Amino acid sequence: MADIVLDKVTKRYPDGALAVREVDVEIADGEFIILVGPSGCGKSTTLNMIAGLEDITSGELRIGGERMNDRAPKDRDIAMVFQSYALYPHMTVRENMAFPLRLAKLDKQTVNRKVEEAARILDLTQHLDRRPANLSGGQRQRVAMGRAIVRSPKAFLMDEPLSNLDAKLRVQMRTEVSRLQKNLGTTTVYVTHDQTEAMTLGDRVVVLRGGEVQQVGAPQFLYEHPANLFVAGFIGSPAMNFLPARVEGDRLHTELGELPLTDRVRRLLEQAEAPRDVIMGVRPEHFEDAALVEEHARAGGAVYRGQVDVLESMGSDKYAYFSLGGERASSAQLEELAADAGVTDLPSGGGQLVTRLSAASQAREGERVEVWFDPDQVQLFDPNSGRNLTYQGG
Amino acid sequence: MAVIGGAETPARKAKWALLDVVVVVYALVPVLWIVSLSFKTKGTITDGNFVPREWTLDNYQEIFTTTEFVRALVNSIGIALIATLIAVVLGTMAAYAVARLDFPGKRALIGVSLLIAMFPQVSLVSPLFDIERALGLFDTWPGLILPYITFALPLAIYTLSAFFREIPWELEKAAKMDGATPAQAFLKVIAPLAAPGVFTTAILVFIFAWNDFLFAISLTSTERARTVPAALSFFTGASQFEDPTGTISAAAVVITIPIIVFVLFFQRRIVAGLTSGAVKG
Amino acid sequence: MSIVRTPSAAEEARGRTGRKPSAGKRAERRLAWLLCAPAALVMVAVTGYPIAYSVWLSLQRYDLRFPAQREFVGLQNYVIVLSNQYWWQAFWVTVGLTVVTVAVELVLGMALAMIMHRALVGRGLVRTVTLVPYGIVTVVAAFSWRFAWSPNTGYLAETFAQGEAPLTDRFASLAIIALAEVWKTTPFMALLLMAGLALVPDELLRAAAMDGANAWQRFTKVMIPVMKPAILVALLFRTLDAFRIFDNIFVLTGGAQGTSSVSILTYNNLIRGLNLGIGATMSVLIFLAVAVIAFVFIKVFGTAAPGSDREGRR
Ligand SMILES: Nc1ncnc2c1ncn2[C@@H]1O[C@H](COP(=O)(O)OP(=O)(O)OP(=O)(O)O)[C@@H](O)[C@H]1O
Ligand SMILES: [Mg+2]
Repeated sequence: MADIVLDKVTKRYPDGALAVREVDVEIADGEFIILVGPSGCGKSTTLNMIAGLEDITSGELRIGGERMNDRAPKDRDIAMVFQSYALYPHMTVRENMAFPLRLAKLDKQTVNRKVEEAARILDLTQHLDRRPANLSGGQRQRVAMGRAIVRSPKAFLMDEPLSNLDAKLRVQMRTEVSRLQKNLGTTTVYVTHDQTEAMTLGDRVVVLRGGEVQQVGAPQFLYEHPANLFVAGFIGSPAMNFLPARVEGDRLHTELGELPLTDRVRRLLEQAEAPRDVIMGVRPEHFEDAALVEEHARAGGAVYRGQVDVLESMGSDKYAYFSLGGERASSAQLEELAADAGVTDLPSGGGQLVTRLSAASQAREGERVEVWFDPDQVQLFDPNSGRNLTYQGG
Repeated sequence: MAVIGGAETPARKAKWALLDVVVVVYALVPVLWIVSLSFKTKGTITDGNFVPREWTLDNYQEIFTTTEFVRALVNSIGIALIATLIAVVLGTMAAYAVARLDFPGKRALIGVSLLIAMFPQVSLVSPLFDIERALGLFDTWPGLILPYITFALPLAIYTLSAFFREIPWELEKAAKMDGATPAQAFLKVIAPLAAPGVFTTAILVFIFAWNDFLFAISLTSTERARTVPAALSFFTGASQFEDPTGTISAAAVVITIPIIVFVLFFQRRIVAGLTSGAVKG
Repeated sequence: MSIVRTPSAAEEARGRTGRKPSAGKRAERRLAWLLCAPAALVMVAVTGYPIAYSVWLSLQRYDLRFPAQREFVGLQNYVIVLSNQYWWQAFWVTVGLTVVTVAVELVLGMALAMIMHRALVGRGLVRTVTLVPYGIVTVVAAFSWRFAWSPNTGYLAETFAQGEAPLTDRFASLAIIALAEVWKTTPFMALLLMAGLALVPDELLRAAAMDGANAWQRFTKVMIPVMKPAILVALLFRTLDAFRIFDNIFVLTGGAQGTSSVSILTYNNLIRGLNLGIGATMSVLIFLAVAVIAFVFIKVFGTAAPGSDREGRR
């Protein structure tokens, strides 16, 4: 076991593409860290550099205090789980898991013991003599995990290990991965595209964008205190609502009406030397059907009245969608997020507001409804740099 | 024309069976004809009958007692095997590089091999004839093996790199992560997976070398290196005036046997090999 | 704890810097070159030098029967060949055979491919027997046809030619040569086309059927366009191959009765006539003709030169 330090690690591919730029991350011994970001942001590249499968263009990688830049993958003592599992199709499950041990020239008995133990942990004992082709997706995934854990490496690297599973299995394996990592206590770097995995699995999350680290922190911290528009929009599902807004004195002009700025927010804005035109972000879950909010609580908040466009009932709660007339908030970072989500050309015109209301709400499609929210939960961003103006760093 | 997802009615099955018969007749009649000729007696060989009226093994006996044929058979087998072995080894190395490694000159290599594949072989005959005579390679095994390797290499590189491409790149990374050296990764992971492709390629290359006629008659002049296809055209029969039809047929049947064996046992692989690279991009 | 950068930083950093390749890259290159070197050396040694030598020979008077007369004559050999009626006869015979056989093969090959791809029964059998003509030694097949069309000996001559000798008649000979060539190479064409057929998704055909296309329309409007790259590659391969026709003619007629192809003519000048200068000249001309064919296919029809447009890694 060991800590992993990336010190200004940069990767430039031979064709000139800068895939990763000066990434600084310190991963503590035993920590479970998540690399997350949109497609092409350099997650796999970063992981492959830690693994030794890609050269580091500049900067330093240290594992357990030792410089690793020039070590071959096999001399780094780390194991990797691939998205496609990369199981050797010509070997049985047992042979697959034994492969790294045999290469390490362990004697037969030890190999057998270790493989069987790993198989037991992963519930693969009855499949040991089958070929990967005859296994289900979940079983294959477990074999891949097994091959990683048998040799008790210093660290695990996982590149979207669950993305080839169907939704249900993914949830199940997610908890399994989490439990496994806790029991083994091995430093783990886990790459994912999926922000639910990012939120639930890791001790800390590294958000990457265009090869650069945007923010590092505990999942809950990133959720509550995103450093910029990109992180705010990436973390959380459904994504945060972004609306253009204008600061005037101690009030905020928005399409949801005029909001009072609390003292806390005003102070932060002053410190940040905020421009007058800003982007306001509110999470869907910070809304509630005004009818369900008790009278005394309502006083502190703001109310938006609008016609429900679409109502989706999820059982446990309801999502109400409103279309807003005015401009959509625009910023380079928001466009990138939209591109990653695959919504490159939303119907032009106004923006949309997503709100999550409790199941008890009586809201109906096409009817007008009042939704309540707390202005103190609102975050304000600089439209040019994307910086969170209301950021309270930890 | 293709029918889309229709039911397998007896009538449609019968229609397909009929088509099958047409194909079988098409493919086999010339082969059966020469088999038939090879079993005909000297007296009945000119009767023009598709099925022999009298059966005999005389023709086979005759060819195996003449050094002309036996020697040619040895040449054919030896030359084709050696050319196959070398072409497959060199082709595997190059194909691996083409499929897996990034290096300047890759396009040039692919371009050159493509050019050679399209090259009119007769254009090489004149210079090779002269050069080989100057180097003492004319009418020797190496004198044929060299051009065979050359013309087989594009085929080998092409087919093999298609096979290599199908092996997931991540397997090699996984092997590296599991502690394998590049050599171990190749030997324990890539090679076993590539074996079927290599084998298929070997069959195709062998068929190519076995089949060649132009080089065989141009670059040989005696029994020393003459292969069976070339020797066939020089067959005269036991005496000058005897009709060699029977013996030619028997010899032809003998050299057809390996092909039939390959086709029967490795049909799938040969089809896969022939079509692997051809239609993709 | 957090780092925030402006988007422009990433964009500006995308510019290239002329770094020399890292150690890993260099090792990869070295390995690649080592692996390719033997194959490249053999290919270049056996073709590159002889081609150059062939061009050089074609500029000389060089007849092995009169070695003393060897001298540099410039383009004179080309003048001799290009003004020779036998050359042009052989050239047009070759072109004619190429066009006819490739056209017939395309049609037959498509039908055969369809059978191999779709057959409800005996698909394995069909694929197996189809490989027989492909694999069989051309000379063997040519002998089979020759004996079949020989008067007295042959079952075909008896039935179709009533004891005449079709192989002594020019057009009958050419037809038999074409038949032998088509028989032998249609399976290869069919296999290439079958691989193309496999690329036509069934769903596409179903969709076309739902849109009201009948079988023939599905074939011409959906299958053919989707298969077009495969068809072009198959045509390119076969055309180049057909242009080199040699074995069948050699065995069937030996080039008599004006059935010589350019390859036969070259061979006769070279090995029978021992005239290296003229032989080499013809070699160069054939090479040029093949280059023109390939050029037309690749540039005019846009045939994907196989292997050229595929990514190296992953
Ligand atoms: N071998 C390569 N040569 C050149 N550029 C590359 C190479 N591999 C990746 N890139 C580029 O580097 C950037 C980062 O790629 P990377 O594979 O790390 O993305 P990722 O974050 O893992 O994306 P995904 O979520 O899609 O897997 C991309 O822009 C990609 O195009
Ligand atoms: Mg990736």
